[in-house]
Amino acid sequence: MKKVIMGNHALSYGAMLGRAQVIAAYPITPQTQVVELLSEMCASKALDAKFIKVESEHSAMAACLGASLAGARTFTATSSQGLALMHELLHWASGGRLPVVMGNINRSMAPGWSIWADQNDSLSQRDTGWMQFYCASNQEVLDSTIQAFKVSEALAIPSMIILDAFAISHTYEVVDVPDQAAVDAYLPPFKPALKLTSSEPHAFGGLTGPEHYFELRYKLQKDMEKAPALIDQTGLEFEKMFGRRLEQVEEYRCDDAEIILVTSGTAGYTARVAVDELRRKGVKAGNCRIRVFRPFPFDEVRRVAAKARRMAVVDRNISYGCHGIFYQEVKSALYGGADTPPIFGFIAGLGGRDITPGDFGDIARYAMSKPKPEEEIVWIGVKK
Amino acid sequence: MKKQKPTEKIIFQSEKEMPMMPMSVGSMLFNKTGAWRNIKPVVDNSNCIQCGICWKFCPDMSITIENEFPVVDYVYCKGCGICAEECPSKCIAMVEEEK
Repeated sequence: MKKVIMGNHALSYGAMLGRAQVIAAYPITPQTQVVELLSEMCASKALDAKFIKVESEHSAMAACLGASLAGARTFTATSSQGLALMHELLHWASGGRLPVVMGNINRSMAPGWSIWADQNDSLSQRDTGWMQFYCASNQEVLDSTIQAFKVSEALAIPSMIILDAFAISHTYEVVDVPDQAAVDAYLPPFKPALKLTSSEPHAFGGLTGPEHYFELRYKLQKDMEKAPALIDQTGLEFEKMFGRRLEQVEEYRCDDAEIILVTSGTAGYTARVAVDELRRKGVKAGNCRIRVFRPFPFDEVRRVAAKARRMAVVDRNISYGCHGIFYQEVKSALYGGADTPPIFGFIAGLGGRDITPGDFGDIARYAMSKPKPEEEIVWIGVKK
Repeated sequence: MKKQKPTEKIIFQSEKEMPMMPMSVGSMLFNKTGAWRNIKPVVDNSNCIQCGICWKFCPDMSITIENEFPVVDYVYCKGCGICAEECPSKCIAMVEEEK
């Protein structure tokens, strides 16, 4: 059924249709409506789940870990400072192989105190062992949440569904909300390989000496390496059932592109508008939107890069003292390739400043005017 | 009192045999935390009211009830003092360890 809903509610519907059994969350702008609606669904019995109110995000994740270990499908949502407070337990989720699914609304880290979008909050959690899905529309938020339960539970690795503050979270769009029966057919109930039961007691996550810890990390990485193929496979299954394909990387007019704008989140759809405008003016531009950031889609990025004469990676984030984070990753994916195109790195839109089609036009023209990058970072729109 | 199952230290020779996450690998058989202790609980059974609160509160399961009185397992007790704090009849004293 088609509904006009905000991006935050698309997350709530995703968790509801995924039949989350335990939800523990703490409210934070701009995530609040996600858990407001879920708590209403629990109260009205539209969703048969236990809603646990907690006193912090650290506790929210702790409650999710316990519930997941006991065999419940578990969901939470947070943003920015709340995600940072969860940091310790994000490692527990992946190390404990607990397939929690969490929504994170990209909000800039304080100070200065901000509620607007940039990606430094989720990218600061890059190395915690979570899969990360960056969404560009309300529909994709809902679809990705359902897919994430399936992929996470198959691999016993947690997932983060990531959406831009306000540009998605509070923006209303038409969303095709699938039937429960169809989602049930796509997503079977959670059956963990290991779980905490009173009939067979175990201690989980205890002291692990050097003789075992290394192998546990090896196993986590090996399972993470299975994720790209599984994301493609479950994305195709999703398309068969619901008519919408879920890919690691989404291409737009890349096949004959002289310049490919590499983006993530809502900036990806803005870039498409810019691509159309540039093409009207005779510049063969294309857009490659990276949807899955962890595991990093090496093969897909290499495949798209092979079509490009130049690439411009536009980051709404920064690793201070280095580059934009997607820029680093794209360069590392393409390092050593035979026909690697020049790759330019741009920083734009920090703290929720708009990244406009005009900005993408400037970016494309800048990258087209140079034979190779001259600066480590090109800043877009700094008031000088 | 329920008898503890005998356990032995498990060493996996291959990652393929290992569970995905660390669980019940018997590390506490060898990690004898009693050595961490500076002060130790000493129970005066003559004042004990046999309520079992010390047994319930011990975070390291180092108190067992034998013949209806608490017995401290000094191999693992870290000397945190929670039992002495919680004891309603104050029959557990925390005594300096002799070095």
